[in-house]
Amino acid sequence: MTADLIARLGKITGPRYVSGAAEERYLYSMDQGTMPPAAPDAVVMPKTTEEVRQIVMLANKLKVPVVPMGAGLVLSGLTRALKGGIVIDMKRMNRIVTVNPASRYVVVEGGASQGMLKAYLDKHHPDLKHSMPDAPPVATLAGNICIHGSGHLSVLGGSHSDMLNGMEVVLPSGEIIRTGSCGVSGGWFSRAPLPDLSGLFLGWSGTTGIVTRLGIKLFPKYRYNDVLIFVAEDPDLMPDMISRLTSVQAAEDMTPWMTPKPDWARGFLHINIAWGGHTKKELIFKRNLLQGSVREYIDRKIAGFLPLPPPQKGRFLKIPSPDLARFADLRRGGGFEYVGAIMAIEHFPDAYRAGLAIAEKFNVAYSLGARIIGAGHAMMFFFAYAFNRADPEDVKRASDALEATNTAALEIGGIPWKAELPAQKQIIEKMDPDTFALMGRIRAVLDPNHIMNPGNWEKD
Amino acid sequence: MQPIQFEPDLCIRCETIDCLTKCQYVSFSGVEEARSEKLKINERRHSRVLEECLTCYACQEYCPYDNNPFYLLVERQEEMGILPAPKPIIEEQLRMMAPKGKIAPQAVTGVVVDMCAFPMLTGCIRGKLFEGAAPVTGMDLFCNIMWLHFAKNSTIRERVPRIIDNIMNCCLGDAPGREMVCFHDECYGTYTSVARAYGIDVPFTPVHLFDYINGRLNVLKDRIKPLNTKIAYQRPCSNRLVPETDKVLDAIFEKIGAERVPRVYDRENALCCGGVPRAQQRDELADSLVEKNIDDMLKTGAAYCVFNCPFCMATLANEVAEQGLMPILVSDLVQIALGE
Repeated sequence: MTADLIARLGKITGPRYVSGAAEERYLYSMDQGTMPPAAPDAVVMPKTTEEVRQIVMLANKLKVPVVPMGAGLVLSGLTRALKGGIVIDMKRMNRIVTVNPASRYVVVEGGASQGMLKAYLDKHHPDLKHSMPDAPPVATLAGNICIHGSGHLSVLGGSHSDMLNGMEVVLPSGEIIRTGSCGVSGGWFSRAPLPDLSGLFLGWSGTTGIVTRLGIKLFPKYRYNDVLIFVAEDPDLMPDMISRLTSVQAAEDMTPWMTPKPDWARGFLHINIAWGGHTKKELIFKRNLLQGSVREYIDRKIAGFLPLPPPQKGRFLKIPSPDLARFADLRRGGGFEYVGAIMAIEHFPDAYRAGLAIAEKFNVAYSLGARIIGAGHAMMFFFAYAFNRADPEDVKRASDALEATNTAALEIGGIPWKAELPAQKQIIEKMDPDTFALMGRIRAVLDPNHIMNPGNWEKD
Repeated sequence: MQPIQFEPDLCIRCETIDCLTKCQYVSFSGVEEARSEKLKINERRHSRVLEECLTCYACQEYCPYDNNPFYLLVERQEEMGILPAPKPIIEEQLRMMAPKGKIAPQAVTGVVVDMCAFPMLTGCIRGKLFEGAAPVTGMDLFCNIMWLHFAKNSTIRERVPRIIDNIMNCCLGDAPGREMVCFHDECYGTYTSVARAYGIDVPFTPVHLFDYINGRLNVLKDRIKPLNTKIAYQRPCSNRLVPETDKVLDAIFEKIGAERVPRVYDRENALCCGGVPRAQQRDELADSLVEKNIDDMLKTGAAYCVFNCPFCMATLANEVAEQGLMPILVSDLVQIALGE
């Protein structure tokens, strides 16, 4: 069966781009997180939408599961082949198709990476940029958007899924559809005013279709950029501080962070605030707005901005930030995972305290933080745990801590982001039953043979 | 703990109250108001000066009686809990800059050059100018004088003796009287002016960088190729503690053919680089100080903006470079003149 599958896939993509070799299946069986491996029967790398369509048609015919994968960096095991089948690695579909500078959007293929787009824009459109997540540059744009990722322009533009203008998607049936304006006109400029079908593929963990092309919003790239680090000690004041800082709508990115390492940072709550300006005057004007918004706390001497001489700012202006990657390797051994929970700003103090308590209980290396989404509309609060993959006890500790964190996040009122399997089940438990039933009916319509990433978003 | 060396009667008899009337950042209606505020400070009463002070160290230089007005002011700020910057900013930096306890005795031969907490500048110790010199650096050698900007005399008292022990035990082979060149005015100010005023014993002999360079230029005079250029000097706050060294700098500049152009904001009238007010959350004031400094330099037609303080340089280097002046440290400028 597997040999036959591989031969038939090879006819679609060419034999170089399909494999059932043990070592390939091993590599594709896991990501860097704590979820146990689940190997596919085959891995295939299509080059075109048509090849994706043919692969899906074949899988449908054979009733073989299909797992779409970008760079495989989700950390929560969403691209593991839980029921075997085919992992469709999208990395060969990596073209930057077009940039529209007037309406500020780019059209990319489903496997194009964050780093490729950044490099392309730097070279060809130096006055434009996209919102980069703090992921390795090889992370794909499609993958990050489909998990409702966030990044360096999220205060300005919201979640990365909010920056999506439309998609080309291969449905499990093999049909190719287009959501957003590109479904009607030649442009990829908006999801409005049509019924928003993009939502059928956002947050579904690859269970509804395979994204082969996307239109993504771009933003002005400033000549001058700056960063402030606001420091406070009382977590209960953080929601108001964040609310004030976002109220002036000057920042592009705002990332609170709390970490026990280095020692000097323990117990302090920091908010990195990045913004830009076309001129120095604009830069300073926005800085004054930001500083003015929290002047009351500064005058009370209970919070303030860390003095950062210009040479020290470069590290904090790097995109993506190197700091999380440094933390990820804290325990060596290549293990790193975090619970990112989307939650309301007012839950910041509870989330912070829960994170500290869990880290202490499970004795895990931790880093807590958040990315503010929109003008203080929500945040992705993260509880990151580094572990040594070669040490089973360390993996178990981190895994237990993650499960406890998911529970705590849900109890606080947040929702685990890009939830791994156990967290999906916890979410389903809390979800309105009719809503969950609707999810099932939608999947049944789109994917009657239940081939798309099976095992995810299921009760049993 | 010894109190700051200070004689209140000197202030009472003082006719000019230069420490306050010459201040560039706090205004007074006249000598009498300045006197009144000074007496409040001396008598541990609240004075608006304690709130408004930029902590630029200048009053230390202005006082004609060396009566330590600035050290006393900082002492009062701390006693009265008047923080020049928000508490978390001070507390976090106190931890960040604390001695790490990691220094070990090292066999340091030749001239020891204390680079304080600026390991990134050890590359400056090179060439004929520093031939045979050994730079030492690290947080365990950080002079800690910066806490004068943050109302933390207690930290200076606590940490400086420990740093002096580290210098003696780990860098100077526990040889009393041995010389150590201080690359930064702050270190020299700590081991001379601050130590005297706070009653801290310094068993080694601190040498100011200017004295060292000036001496080396005497030895290397045949190598000097005069620069024949104009330079604008950004005098740092810590040089206020050791103003006698400014004359040595003039001698250096003369030897290397650098004309220290007259600036409005030089010498006794030097203006803060703008770094400290940012820590005090006074960015708009800092912006205006940067602007005043650079406008002033540009008017002189200088080719270089010369620093001796790494922090001033970090604060202003980009700004002056954007305006067409070359930012440079004194030692690097001298090395250019030496053809290095």
